[in-house]
Amino acid sequence: MSDTSPGDTVLEVRDLHTHFFLRRGVVKAVDGVSFSLKRGEVLGLVGESGCGKSLTALSLMRLLPKGGARTIKGEVLLGGENILQHTPAEMREIRGRRISMVLQDPQTSLNPVFSVGDQLREAIERRRKGASLSEIMKEAVAALRRVEIAAPEQRIGQYPHQMSGGMKQRVVGAIAISGEPEVLIADEPTTALDVTIQLQYLKLLKRLQAENGMAILFITHDFGVVGRMCDRVAVMYAGRIVECGPVKQIFEAPQHPYTRALIASVPKMTGPVGRLTTIEGQPPSLMDLPVGCRFASRCALVEQRCLDAYPRSVRVGAAHTADCWKVSPP
Amino acid sequence: MSDQLLRVEGLKKHFAFTKGILFSRTLGHVKAVDDVSFDIKAGETLGLVGESGCGKTTTSRMILNLEEPTEGRILLEDEPISGLQGDALKAYRAKVQAVFQDPWSSLNPRMKVGRTIAESLIVNGWGDKEKIAGRVRELLLQVGLRPEQAEQYPHEFSGGQRQRVALAAALASRPKLIVLDEPVSALDVSIRAQMMNLLKDIQAQDNVAYLLVAHDLATVRHMADHTVVMYLGKIVEKAPTEQLFADVRHPYTKALFSAVLVAWPGRSEEEIELRGEVPSPLNPPAGCRFHTRCPYVMPRCSQQEPALREVSPGHAVACHLFDNA
Repeated sequence: MSDTSPGDTVLEVRDLHTHFFLRRGVVKAVDGVSFSLKRGEVLGLVGESGCGKSLTALSLMRLLPKGGARTIKGEVLLGGENILQHTPAEMREIRGRRISMVLQDPQTSLNPVFSVGDQLREAIERRRKGASLSEIMKEAVAALRRVEIAAPEQRIGQYPHQMSGGMKQRVVGAIAISGEPEVLIADEPTTALDVTIQLQYLKLLKRLQAENGMAILFITHDFGVVGRMCDRVAVMYAGRIVECGPVKQIFEAPQHPYTRALIASVPKMTGPVGRLTTIEGQPPSLMDLPVGCRFASRCALVEQRCLDAYPRSVRVGAAHTADCWKVSPP
Repeated sequence: MSDQLLRVEGLKKHFAFTKGILFSRTLGHVKAVDDVSFDIKAGETLGLVGESGCGKTTTSRMILNLEEPTEGRILLEDEPISGLQGDALKAYRAKVQAVFQDPWSSLNPRMKVGRTIAESLIVNGWGDKEKIAGRVRELLLQVGLRPEQAEQYPHEFSGGQRQRVALAAALASRPKLIVLDEPVSALDVSIRAQMMNLLKDIQAQDNVAYLLVAHDLATVRHMADHTVVMYLGKIVEKAPTEQLFADVRHPYTKALFSAVLVAWPGRSEEEIELRGEVPSPLNPPAGCRFHTRCPYVMPRCSQQEPALREVSPGHAVACHLFDNA
């Protein structure tokens, strides 16, 4: 654990560009993403499929998919150091220890032919070189207990197929936080879980965070999860963050037309049941992005300057920004 | 004829759990669906809600005649559907269609979508080539696609568009009922709203009934006239949707509602976090199946199974808390 105090920035991402270089052209999947993450904070990264939220996460981990993906520009500062310049060996030291990740599908995150104890041991061993096997196994049991798995002494010898989805995702969580990371990236960790199990998992994440003060980058497409989990939220569209601010402000007074339309199109649990608001059209092709605002083709408020130039970022409130020509500073 | 389009009476589906291949013996039965009854009126939507393993998909598969019930019966327009064969079965399939969750696997990738849509018309000998082509164009327009897209293959469509193609194929034979098994959960938020609006428009035009199998309560609230909540193969609560959302009674339904993450922060009043997970349907708890996780559990809950009883007109709950209501 590093010696940061609450409120310190642990992760800062500046102007990140990760593109896919394909024979057909360049897919600008992440194209100028900037945000920062403070100790003990949960930042939600929201957007629809293909907006670049998962690729942003993989860029931070330096685990880009094979086949032409490269981070070509930007900085990822973890505790002030730009990890984009680290060697692969240095990255291996950082992954799991200072920055960790939980993925959507617990089924594929765990190795089916090793017991969960073996998989936890692998994570703990790297951190505690030279510790005896019994010490490590004791720690593995403690790690399972921390994620509230009942009877961890028995569970530790079991294989992933002997566990339910919710329990597997807890094991994945236990492995991810076993190195006491400063930053946890959670990429849709509850999407594959049932709703009552989802609630259990989110509450567990909150409790773990309260214990060790890690910062969480929570990637989701579900505004309900954002409302429950996050302090701040960044809304991504076609490779960029278009609006970022405190959750309450984004929900109560979204500024960017895309954020507004997205929130309006979610079916609600209260209020009148009528036609849902929809966003017509499709996002622009990431191979052929417009020079102006990327949402312009679907925006109801579009005017000439939206097509001519990408909007400047407007500060609309404390820690609340929106990239839109139609938004004026307060 | 009653005004009920579909009636489901005491439906049960038990799957045998066997061991061994040659001399296999039955170790027990998974009671996937255990005594389920409900009905759907013409042109209405019934929402079927519950978590994985509650039996909602098995129920819908029995209605689609893909699974034979162990007990109980299903009637479409007062005609029992069990034992349908030949032309009668074909006619039933034309009346009851389905749209499934995953638009990536529900369309044949090697078939032009026009052909996929025409399939049920061809099978039923609906008309000559030209008549069918005309109907396909009409269907594409109805689901908000362009007629010339009939010549394209599924990979040329986005997820939302594929789901529209699947809907067009389901609508081709002018069905009375469409089983919608999680029709929007694989779609993005903004596309989801488009699909839900489209489904409602089509229902208003064609008077088709929907059985909406879903886990998302907000979707059910927007789509369904009546809602049935299932837990481990049993109905725990059923009511008109508006009534249910205004006055949730069963502790499980309450937990399900409080687990729905209301997007607006600081809104969740009474929060019930359920302990543990859904027990195995192979060996469900005695008495009320929910008693192992219920925050209001009483001694009799583990001994006696609660009956589904009306607490107000049209609103039925299976819970001992309402025994004296």
